[in-house]
Amino acid sequence: MTADIATRRSPLDGWTSRFTELAPAVRLAERPFLAQLTLRLTDTSRAAAVSRVLGVELPETPCTFSSGTGPHGPVEVAWLGPDEYLVLAQPGLQRTLESALREAIGDTHGAVVDVSAQRTTLTLSGPRARDLLAHGCAIDLHPSASPIGTCVQTLLAQAGIILLVRDADAGEFVVLVRASFATYLAAWLVDAGMEYREYREQPV
Amino acid sequence: MTADFRLPRGGRIDRDSALRFTFNGLSLTGRQGDTLASALLANGVHQVTTSIKYGRPRGIMAAGVEEPNALVQVAEPFAEPMLTATTVELYDGLVADGLVGHGRLTDEPDPARYDSKHAHCDVVVVGAGPAGLAAALTAARSGARVVLVDDQNEAGGSLLGTDDYLDDRPSDAWVRDVVAELDATPDVLLLNRTAAFGAYQDGFVLALQRRTDHLGFDAPRHIARHRIWRIRAKQTVIATGAHERPIVFGDNDRPGIMLAGAARTYLHRYGVQVGRRVGVFTTNDSAYVAAIELAEAGVDVPVLIDARHDVPPKLGAECAARGIDVYAGHVVTGTEGRDHLTDVHIGSLTGWHADTVVCDTLLVSGGWNPAVHLFSQLGGALRYAPGLGAYVPGERLPTARAAGSAAGAFEVTTCIEQGAGAGRDAARAAGFSPGVEVAVPVADARAEETPSAVLWSVPGEPNGVFGAEYVPNAPFGSVPDDARFVDLQRDATVSDVLRATGAGLSSLEHVKRYTTIGTAHDQGKTSGLLAAGIVADALGEDLADRRPTTFRPPYTSVPFAALGGRDRGELYDPVRVTALHDWHVAHGAEFEDVGQWKRSRHYPRQGEDMHAAVLRECRAAREGVALMDASTLGKIDVQGPDAAELLDMLYTNMMSTLKVGRIRYGVMCGIDGMVIDDGTVIRLTEDRFLLTTTTGNAAMVLDWVEEWLQTEWPHLRVFATSVTEHWVTVPLVGPRSREVLATLAPDLDVSNDAFGFMTWQDGTVAGIPARVCRISFSGELAYEINVNAWHGLALWEALIEAGEPYGITPYGTETMHVLRAEKGYPIVGQDTDGTVTPQDLGMSWAVSKKKADFIGKRSFARPENLRPDRKHLVGLLPADPTVLLPEGGQIIESDHLPEPPVQCLSPHSPAGLNRAHRVVAQPPVRMLGHVTSSYDSAALGRTFALAVLRSGRERIGEKLYVPIGDQLAAVTVTETVLYDKEGARRDG
Amino acid sequence: MQLIPCPWCGPREEVEFHYGGQAHVAYPAESAALSDEEWAKFVFFRDNPRGPFAERWSHAAGCRRWFNAVRDTRSYELLAVYRPDQERPVTT
Ligand SMILES: [Zn+2]
Repeated sequence: MTADIATRRSPLDGWTSRFTELAPAVRLAERPFLAQLTLRLTDTSRAAAVSRVLGVELPETPCTFSSGTGPHGPVEVAWLGPDEYLVLAQPGLQRTLESALREAIGDTHGAVVDVSAQRTTLTLSGPRARDLLAHGCAIDLHPSASPIGTCVQTLLAQAGIILLVRDADAGEFVVLVRASFATYLAAWLVDAGMEYREYREQPV
Repeated sequence: MTADFRLPRGGRIDRDSALRFTFNGLSLTGRQGDTLASALLANGVHQVTTSIKYGRPRGIMAAGVEEPNALVQVAEPFAEPMLTATTVELYDGLVADGLVGHGRLTDEPDPARYDSKHAHCDVVVVGAGPAGLAAALTAARSGARVVLVDDQNEAGGSLLGTDDYLDDRPSDAWVRDVVAELDATPDVLLLNRTAAFGAYQDGFVLALQRRTDHLGFDAPRHIARHRIWRIRAKQTVIATGAHERPIVFGDNDRPGIMLAGAARTYLHRYGVQVGRRVGVFTTNDSAYVAAIELAEAGVDVPVLIDARHDVPPKLGAECAARGIDVYAGHVVTGTEGRDHLTDVHIGSLTGWHADTVVCDTLLVSGGWNPAVHLFSQLGGALRYAPGLGAYVPGERLPTARAAGSAAGAFEVTTCIEQGAGAGRDAARAAGFSPGVEVAVPVADARAEETPSAVLWSVPGEPNGVFGAEYVPNAPFGSVPDDARFVDLQRDATVSDVLRATGAGLSSLEHVKRYTTIGTAHDQGKTSGLLAAGIVADALGEDLADRRPTTFRPPYTSVPFAALGGRDRGELYDPVRVTALHDWHVAHGAEFEDVGQWKRSRHYPRQGEDMHAAVLRECRAAREGVALMDASTLGKIDVQGPDAAELLDMLYTNMMSTLKVGRIRYGVMCGIDGMVIDDGTVIRLTEDRFLLTTTTGNAAMVLDWVEEWLQTEWPHLRVFATSVTEHWVTVPLVGPRSREVLATLAPDLDVSNDAFGFMTWQDGTVAGIPARVCRISFSGELAYEINVNAWHGLALWEALIEAGEPYGITPYGTETMHVLRAEKGYPIVGQDTDGTVTPQDLGMSWAVSKKKADFIGKRSFARPENLRPDRKHLVGLLPADPTVLLPEGGQIIESDHLPEPPVQCLSPHSPAGLNRAHRVVAQPPVRMLGHVTSSYDSAALGRTFALAVLRSGRERIGEKLYVPIGDQLAAVTVTETVLYDKEGARRDG
Repeated sequence: MQLIPCPWCGPREEVEFHYGGQAHVAYPAESAALSDEEWAKFVFFRDNPRGPFAERWSHAAGCRRWFNAVRDTRSYELLAVYRPDQERPVTT
């Protein structure tokens, strides 16, 4: 009972060519259809079981994320709150992971919700990726302030985002944005990135 | 009439360049590196404009942001008002005109781009003069992240306006070295053409960078013209320098009268001599240097008038050696000239000597005001320094320090020393240990010899200085009774100040407002302290005992376009769209804004207006089948063992008794008992629910749930998660909806028995896993189909295809509103306004009597909420079934439109109407309520409305009136449910 | 743009936060037992001191957690932030 993958449509379907215009200063792409699950866990004794399912430790430090590869392939777990995490995994795994996680946490002190289509994922990289974000994000993304593994929930322009810092030095970031805000944010990023396109001579 | 005032040598201009520009219709040529002001002066043009009140000719007085006079409007390449000639960098093709006070905005859309950028650092240094450069370099050498902002096109600050040597090299060599090292240091950002205009708490500094203005017509379109830098620093160093202060005297406003330091800047930075025959009037040593340097450059400097009795010996001797007559203990008492200065009247302070000197230019220096604006904005106390006649920073701030001239130091080596010290202290406070010290160079600048005197205004009577007949500048405009100007831009004089103090005003804030001094574009940079001094003198007080005015942002004017940045056009406010948005666009939907969402309002066909489209869409929903995009409804997943207990507290209804598989309508109230939202609650499992909220309140309701969970009942084991965008929600509505659904969901038994009203089932619709809910906001048989948003479009298109034989019709929010209003379903936020209880809405059935408590319950028993004359939701039927009542229209009992209770005066009636003529006012008409929703109904074949009406349910059947313009529409009060009162249609 | 220190996320710009009014005003356990006047006091009346004031804030655009803050209403300075389950700290 799976829906036809061919008819799926991601929030930023059709934006690829506009994103490509930002290269090489910024490489911007949507990574659609990731499995995304909100995990709530107040019973810390269950953390180990969760880690086993995911193959990744839950991040303990606020505003960080952990990543690794486990039984379900590459997984990232972002800290969203003192008992709240966002699990990111490969497309198609949401149902499998939802039941595996539910089993791991038991049924009294936690929750699992499939939120795969709630947000879409953008990857930004390239020499000016950090500059591009600085136009609308008040977080200090200097490597000394936002080292690899930083995860912040904040505003980019006027949209709420979850920002994962893969490598601030190399300018590699992941931005998660709610689907309804995705086209606004995409338009904003493309507009902000206009600065960093190669200078073109004005026609004489 | 122009002439060449460019000196053969000197200046930081490109002498090989030729920039053609037009000013006040005059074609002129300047050089790369000029400002508009320096280019005008190089052409011998002093007069820029005339003054706002008296129409007196006004020229260029300064060389920077403090310029009070030389306002211009740039016409080409793009119209921009209210710029100062002293801050506009010259470019080829510039067209500008002098401005009299007010600018003119253009009607043309601005093609330029604007943006903003955040910058984070340990130390922000404002000003790249000697102090700022030393501060930035010292901080950078300690390893701190540094941002250095400066409003000029190149670093150097005051050094750009001198020919000083540092360590036996021209000072620009020192500047170049420092800048080169800063450029080469990682994590140092040097921003030219960037004016810090605001300093706020938590190390927040706002700066405006003019990035492409100087390129004129060649400015690349893809680069943002202006950028607001949002700088967040741990420590702030304020090295903003100082502004020279003029002295007030009779006719001190003529073109040709200029600040002495500005003349030095024009000489050294732009290679311009400001006049052929230049007099100097000063209270301090600094203007001697201007006199000497101009004389050295070959300019005739006949006199230097010093208000002090003690002439600085060395500087005085240097003047004498160059043929400059120094008049100690003298002042300027007046001037002559039509559109340009011709003569200067001087007199001794003792009054026994007076003379007239022929001059085309008069340089004035009354001392220097440290630019303490940013320090004051940060809340730093200011202290009056009597020796300077100016305010200086008067306390230490934990995260900000001033250095150099901004702190009252005026010798270049002291400035560098102070800057280095401030940079070191700032870096240390930010956690960095000092690096290699910045060496303080040896300067050749002339040292101060004699202390400055403080003179705000030359003493004397406005109309008879020193007994001489005083004739104000009569030929131009209206004649002021005093021509001793304090604020040249506002045409405010000493007499104006004295009139204010004479009227009993003593606070400078009051005087400022009374006289408008300091309220122009320059915010009183040259006039503020003069006014303060004159007020203090008039009141016989000491400035040191008086409170200075507080400086507030912005320090310099900032275009609104820059503040708006890229938040305009399609990016003005986020536009939220559903997964089906592109389909709606492709099918000609008209949209309405609901919060930030774009929702399809209706889908007009060729030739249809909204009215026709809505009637057609309504008919389809009532007679055939229709569908809409309801994905914007808020959806909250609530799970945990105590979920039911929480929902029992949050909803007025009982939710714990809801069975798995069933759905209940619910109302939420605030603690005051007023309705805040409504929606459906679906019980998914014993401890898991899905809540829906109204589109506009989704975030509010989630916050509300979290607020109670986190702050009041943290013991409850409940977790709430927004899933609004995870789902696409499509209500399939109408008597044929069951057939359409059956076609697409063969596995689902859609019969009324198997799939009853207010139940839900999971199944597959069009091959897509779906949750189907039998709920109805239209009164018709309806199924709300929810699928993962990625598959929303596939679902929608499948429904359209499957419904085609039944004439399936997409409908928008307008039709949805009509359908629900026909059924008397209120919309929270339209039919309610935060003062409406569930009982007012006639929804006592949704308020549990069994629950011990829930939010709002206790308030229902408040006397106010039990009043019989509360406003109730009712229906209104206009007597004329074609009359559409205006939403918001008032409801009254009177069958004639009463006179307004307060007599309105026509704009032509004489002001100050005599009391005796006042008409006795009618008693006000009682407003009984207002129309909240009003539509034309296809099903009813007439118009109708919902309204909130005092004691409404007791008035059913009554005839009341709603004014529409000058007319009154008669209406009959009815029940809210006007269509299918038995509710037979929802089961199909 | 003031910074507000979220107890979990650290200092963030004030636009990320929602204000929640006076802290330590508990929902009455027995609302039915309160007189109209007592209930009205709970619903409508809050302190408005000049000086330190314990308030509730929510890091709305961040971790969505509610916390308490003691803020000096004269200077806007945040003297302390603490979790809802913690006692109001002593501030000077
Ligand atoms: Zn937080």
